[in-house]
Amino acid sequence: MTYNWNWGIFWEMSPEATGTYLDMLLMGLRWTIATALLAWVVALFFGSIVGVMRTLPGRTVSIIASAYVEFFRNIPLLVQLFLWYFVLPELLPKTAGMWLKQLPNAPFWTGAIGVGLYMSARIAEQLRAGIKSLPRGQAMAGTALGLTTVQTYRYVLLPMAFRIIMPPLTSEALNTVKNTSVALTIGLMELTARARAMQEFSFQVFEAFTAATILYLLLNAVVVFGMRRLEKSIAVPGYIAGK
Amino acid sequence: MFSGFDFDVIWRSLPYLFWDGMSFTLMLTALSALGGLVLGTLLALMRLSNMRVLGAIATGYVNLMRSLPLVLVIFWFYFLVPYLGQMITGSERPLVVGAFSSALITFTLFEAAYFSEIMRAGIQSIPKGQVSAGYALGLTYRQVTGYIVLPQALRNMLPVILTQTIVLFQDTSLVYVLSITDFLGAASKVAQRDGRLIEMYLFAALVYFLISFAASRLVRALQAKTAIIR
Repeated sequence: MTYNWNWGIFWEMSPEATGTYLDMLLMGLRWTIATALLAWVVALFFGSIVGVMRTLPGRTVSIIASAYVEFFRNIPLLVQLFLWYFVLPELLPKTAGMWLKQLPNAPFWTGAIGVGLYMSARIAEQLRAGIKSLPRGQAMAGTALGLTTVQTYRYVLLPMAFRIIMPPLTSEALNTVKNTSVALTIGLMELTARARAMQEFSFQVFEAFTAATILYLLLNAVVVFGMRRLEKSIAVPGYIAGK
Repeated sequence: MFSGFDFDVIWRSLPYLFWDGMSFTLMLTALSALGGLVLGTLLALMRLSNMRVLGAIATGYVNLMRSLPLVLVIFWFYFLVPYLGQMITGSERPLVVGAFSSALITFTLFEAAYFSEIMRAGIQSIPKGQVSAGYALGLTYRQVTGYIVLPQALRNMLPVILTQTIVLFQDTSLVYVLSITDFLGAASKVAQRDGRLIEMYLFAALVYFLISFAASRLVRALQAKTAIIR
């Protein structure tokens, strides 16, 4: 028995009757992109807050922040998504739980926020490393100039730290895209799930996965290109990365 | 909140969860970490070798693996391995590959890409003079690599390698997509059979957390201990 290749499969109608198999995969790509974008926003938002908290002098604040990081780093992403999707609605008060369960596109919201929170712990660690890599004189100079802590972070530390961690942030952005595929376990029909569905409908395993692979590679290329452009435009003059 | 909580279901399924589930997870983690490290070291050596073709192959492989989601790679190998087996053994039908072997091959090949980047960094951190000194003493490439470069690279990178292994331990939960009974798979089967999703998933999360947290603490202690004082 040998495998029957059929590259024409992409132009055949899918049994979902909403278009060809290619349309089906592209629809999956759109869900992957949408999920990754929302997850990235969530990750940057919470990652920045927690990352800053870890560098603050207050003891309580930094304990809370490091508990946050340990929680999200030591539980597999898949289990975290199960917790948000299956467990959280049951633990909430009845009405809130019902509302969560009946949310339209629940796998999308849960997947995006779940992946976002998971990634936020990693971003927090990167940001903390970035802030710590700054000479401590910078924070002192801020204080000496009469800036409040908030102002020191806003005008002195964060603008530098974010630029320094641009390269690791690029790979975290790629990880965010890749991690959205885990959300297929809670029913999100993103790219990998669509490739899997195409395989089940048409039995053309390798065509389906090859197409998904190429689409992921393209998506990666776009992310890397965008991040590099951003990195160049905000690079600090005088550093090796700068102009 | 925990009034309807059924601790008994956890207690009852403990043997199944750990003997069937966790042993699969730990075995898969250990074997694929070992295999991935060996293969990854070879890839790193290929990449740093003077032979252009070898370097290009290794670079292409590592970059491809690192840009694909693990879930997709798991599906790829699940379907690909039987055909590869057929090609290698020359049998008439695609080989039947068991769940464990399939998962092991997948994770070994996937993790090799990540371990290769770690080993590459480790090898590149060895001062060039040591390699030159080795050659000056009349050692061959094999001897320089085996006696001078790799032992030090491995030692320097040990904490990173172990940290990656903890990541791998968590990632093995993704064999769930193939309905394999690893720790999470076992928990999920009990959860669905008894309708006890909350208890089982919370318990699974707790177990994963405790193991990963303890392991990462150990790595940190080890890191402090093995650091070479320069």
